[in-house]
Amino acid sequence: MAKVIFEKPKALGDKPFHYCAGCSHGVVHRLVCEVLDELDLTGDAVCVEPVGCSVTADEYFNFDVIQAAHGRAPAVATGIKRALPENIVFTYQGDGDLAAIGTAETVHSAARGENITVIFINNTIYGMTGGQMAPTSLPGQVTQTSPYGRDPKVQGYPIRVCEMLSSLDGPSFIARCSVDSVAHIRDAKKAIKKAFEYQKAGKGLSFVEILSICPTNWGMSPKEAIKRLQDEMISYYPLGIYKDEEVKDNE
Amino acid sequence: MGEKVLMKGNEAIGEAAIRSGCRHFFGYPITPQTELSAYMAKKMPKIGGTFLQAESEIAAINMVFGASGAGVRAMTSSSSPGISLKSEGISYIAAGDLPAVIVNIMRGGPGLGGIQPAQSDYFQATKGGGHGDYHLIVLAPNGVQELANLTADAFNISDEYRIPVMLLGDGTIGQMMEPVDFDEIPKPVYAHKPWAVNGTKNKRAANCVKTLYLTPSELEDRVIERYEKYEIVKDKLQRWEEHDTEDADIIVSSYGITSRVVETAVKQLRSEGFKVGIIRPITLWPFPEKAYKAVHPKAFLSVEMSMGQMVEDIKLACECSAPVYFTGRTGGIIPTPDEVIAKIKEIAGEVKING
Amino acid sequence: MNNCEMILAGFGGQGILFAGKILAHAAMLKNKQLSWLPSYGPEMRGGTANCHVIISDEPVGSPIITEPDVLVAMNAPSLDKFEGAMAPGGIIFADSSLIQKKAERNDIKAIYIAATEIADSMGNKSLANMVMLGAVIKETGLFTLDEIEETITRSVPAKKAALVEPNINAVKAGFGL
Repeated sequence: MAKVIFEKPKALGDKPFHYCAGCSHGVVHRLVCEVLDELDLTGDAVCVEPVGCSVTADEYFNFDVIQAAHGRAPAVATGIKRALPENIVFTYQGDGDLAAIGTAETVHSAARGENITVIFINNTIYGMTGGQMAPTSLPGQVTQTSPYGRDPKVQGYPIRVCEMLSSLDGPSFIARCSVDSVAHIRDAKKAIKKAFEYQKAGKGLSFVEILSICPTNWGMSPKEAIKRLQDEMISYYPLGIYKDEEVKDNE
Repeated sequence: MGEKVLMKGNEAIGEAAIRSGCRHFFGYPITPQTELSAYMAKKMPKIGGTFLQAESEIAAINMVFGASGAGVRAMTSSSSPGISLKSEGISYIAAGDLPAVIVNIMRGGPGLGGIQPAQSDYFQATKGGGHGDYHLIVLAPNGVQELANLTADAFNISDEYRIPVMLLGDGTIGQMMEPVDFDEIPKPVYAHKPWAVNGTKNKRAANCVKTLYLTPSELEDRVIERYEKYEIVKDKLQRWEEHDTEDADIIVSSYGITSRVVETAVKQLRSEGFKVGIIRPITLWPFPEKAYKAVHPKAFLSVEMSMGQMVEDIKLACECSAPVYFTGRTGGIIPTPDEVIAKIKEIAGEVKING
Repeated sequence: MNNCEMILAGFGGQGILFAGKILAHAAMLKNKQLSWLPSYGPEMRGGTANCHVIISDEPVGSPIITEPDVLVAMNAPSLDKFEGAMAPGGIIFADSSLIQKKAERNDIKAIYIAATEIADSMGNKSLANMVMLGAVIKETGLFTLDEIEETITRSVPAKKAALVEPNINAVKAGFGL
């Protein structure tokens, strides 16, 4: 009998993803599931789904899920965590959900240091509705609702969420990662792991932003999309750890 | 019978909720219901419960959605403009078939409106408020003791049917003090919640509190299933108080604090020889249709602190067996017994009844 | 007087709502039916505050009083606002320290008490509400002095226990007039 040297995480179900070719959701779903399995937290996990392309992620996960209204995931997660402090509660949100319609919920759950984890997919566009301008769309970015390119004079500037939340005392861990390369994917997994470990330790809100691609709505091939992420997004949204309570404690 | 305590309506809701096993309250300040939040803020930490002042009404109702999804008894409260904001979350709670208790201590509207008592959220409470095919169960107490009793009922009913329940009061009910005996309130009856998202513990299949169905036939099935449940609720849960209806030429209907004004008016009229009776709906949804089908007056009168939002429910319930009149005040003004008496006498003249 | 519909009114901060609460609480201890309804909103800050207290042997219908039997007026605007609504034969208690004018109607009885001055002479102006309360129970016979003493003792929270005696003394001062 052949020896198993690689397998799908138990937290991940058997249903094939519906996501477009090249979409980052599949990668991030897998990272989250691997981490939950490795930390033996799958049976304690409750995920709050956003409104966006990952709104049906429950079909892929072997742990409990609740479908929140657009932008309200951190509030819903707050309710769950307050009811079940021993469980591992996390939101999985896109840029429109987290940084536009749900900004208040994002900022205030962070300010409260709510002991939840937020996984934030930043792909600079509204994917589910077909490619509209997001709060994180870059200056000049052409979308369905910024057909002449995002003009900061008209549509304002993108929001750098990690930097904004770093000014708050509540969060224990804030990191921006990317899934454009194997090295970055490994870093992203480390950050996600740390985020869940911090929640387990009761340190307060942990937040991992993941720069992601949306080839379909960017009108690019997956390869071109990766290049855009590397050339344009990382310079606007620098990768790194923005806040780490543990490091601060050691200082 | 236990010891009576003198309490504001808003505080009595809080005490009754705690005695009903509610340990999770999410609020946001708004007049005239803030005493409830203040009561919970004081009590919850002492009993290991959660009181959280949310960043918005929207966040508060979504915290209730989360807590209820996790399987615990959860509550939020507000007043009219805040309930508009919560309506999104209420629709999701209904969609998720989650229990929850939502308190609306009504004030005048629309818009910011005013802060004085009103009943102009009747349509919002009984016909929807949020989007989609759904109903809330709506309970309308008319005094502090009944407010406490119905708070306890609200949790039990909501758990049993997995339907959110709204306690619909007004500024007067919330602010007034009356004696209340908490030994009289119904005892908590906890439901088994195998659907809760509280972690699989690797022992069961994953649960999902779903609010999205991308396949129309699946959504239709879910809605129809929910409406079948509503039919059971309509059959079992209609509640009302009724008196002097047997010989009544005119039956007056009102709910909440307005019913107290009507009691005073009807008592006066009866002493003058007018055959006037009362049907007071306690459940506004389901509306107590049974009460109206069993009576045969020459006229009905609805008295409300709104522009007559309950009139059409009375017409539907009595199947227009008699004309349905309306009198009331709105914008934060409470009708007086004299105004009600004058209207009833006017109706008596029109339908040719002598006092 | 066994039962009554009473409006207590004055400036916010004069303890109007508290005085009403004591009456309501005393009624509860006597197993009477009752309601206590405050005005609420911005008018409580510096404007007029009032509460409606109904004490009855029958279940209370409307808690909103349209024809008060008793008015306790602790400022001039309150007298102006409610005198006209008084039931014929009703009684007005006015704090003459703060209200210069007299009641205008002659089908009601008006009693003037220099409550704020009396309370001030006892060392605490803010007990004028209790002085008025003493005068009210003496004139109406709604409650005995003992009943009010017991109510105050039971309704003042433990951490404010030091206030029980001054409140009772103020009621006695009003009662003894």
